[in-house]
Amino acid sequence: MVDMSHQFHQDVAITLTVNGLPRRAVVEPRLLLADFLRRNLGLTGTHLACEQGVCGSCTVVLDGKTTRSCLMFAVQADGSEVETIEGLASDPDHLHPVQQAFWDHHGLQCGFCTPGMVLTAKALLEENADPSEAEIREALAGNLCRCTGYMFIVESVRAAAERMEGGSPSRGTG
Amino acid sequence: MKPASFGYFAPRTVEEAVSLLDEHGYEAKLLAGGQSLVPLMNLRLARPAVLVDLNRVEELDFVEPGDGHVRVGAMTRHHEVATSGPIMGVAPLLSHAAGHIGYRAIRHRGTMGGSIAHADPASELPCVAVVQGAEIDVVGSGGERSVPAEDFFLDHMTTVLEPGEMVRSVRFPRMRTGDSWGFREFARKVGDFAVVMVAVLLRIEGERIVAARIGLGGVEATPRRVRPAEQLLVGSDAGRDLIDEAAQVAAETVDPMSDIHGSAGYRRRLVSTLTRRVLNEAVGSQRGQNG
Repeated sequence: MVDMSHQFHQDVAITLTVNGLPRRAVVEPRLLLADFLRRNLGLTGTHLACEQGVCGSCTVVLDGKTTRSCLMFAVQADGSEVETIEGLASDPDHLHPVQQAFWDHHGLQCGFCTPGMVLTAKALLEENADPSEAEIREALAGNLCRCTGYMFIVESVRAAAERMEGGSPSRGTG
Repeated sequence: MKPASFGYFAPRTVEEAVSLLDEHGYEAKLLAGGQSLVPLMNLRLARPAVLVDLNRVEELDFVEPGDGHVRVGAMTRHHEVATSGPIMGVAPLLSHAAGHIGYRAIRHRGTMGGSIAHADPASELPCVAVVQGAEIDVVGSGGERSVPAEDFFLDHMTTVLEPGEMVRSVRFPRMRTGDSWGFREFARKVGDFAVVMVAVLLRIEGERIVAARIGLGGVEATPRRVRPAEQLLVGSDAGRDLIDEAAQVAAETVDPMSDIHGSAGYRRRLVSTLTRRVLNEAVGSQRGQNG
């Protein structure tokens, strides 16, 4: 827990769970969660592009909810559970159905927006197992692909929905 | 490291938060959902020396239905406002408008109090607060006060809040059964800031409009009602000609801003078009209920 009595600008000790593993660190308050994941933990699958909440590349799942990791500080994640793109598949031969669908349907070109797209699509499918194209496009409206490969991305999410139907998707963490 | 360094405090209670504000004065900034403040800090357009993080103040996260209103705590997230049964039941305009804020990941973090205090002219919750006649409950070391939403917003991102004060909650009046409402915003794409938004509340008895409120956001520096258009509607039978005229009056009443998203003239046209559509929808939904 964050202690109010600490001195001005002092580093703060935090404990959180990332992809099922407990993590401890001492961080400057101004360290963004995205930078903490990338630099302190080496989890560079979380991408940073606009760093102002517009592009969605840095999307992670914080306590079960999609969140922009560039718009919060690591100290704020103290005591939380964070899931990043690295937590989705146990190994490269067993991708999450959403990852596999992106692979099969050319859902990535340069790949920069992909981690955010995959995590946002996974959250959509957990709530709505059979989304229409319009629902997929609306759910992904906050994730920008500057290759403009949206058609294949939408097709990938549709394919993932079909793949996941009836079967229970693997839980990312653990 | 994008933001400039700052001292960080994470109080557990409103009392602790207020005393930190008191201690640090103009140096301190409250951190609510962070969906507007943190971008400004990443760009170093804002460099507060002290951040008082409200995310661990549990007493600010609540939805409390009351006699004549529903009270929403300052740290209630937009996604909760958009999906909460108690809010949808008595203030459907509020939950509908909250669903228009940014994207899902933004709504998971962004808060009622943050949006009201930030006072972006293109923001949904200030517009709904003004059209509904909400009361904003403010707390500071000097005590508590309530401010009607129409008196709360002074200018572009400027409110009546003093440096030592914070929003504790917002009380939205309950809509009466049978009242109809409408909301539309125009943005270049889903989730973008609205260029213009229109929120409407109507009470119709038989064919006659007996009460009308029309609120606009994104048009001027603060959200506003357009009383000349409301007055034109009240006492007359709801019909297309009347609605066309009210939309025209609304467009003539406002003094729109010009920016990169649209000229004043373009916004004026949007006010007319959206007001007409929203009024027609509100009248149509009323007929649907009665028919």
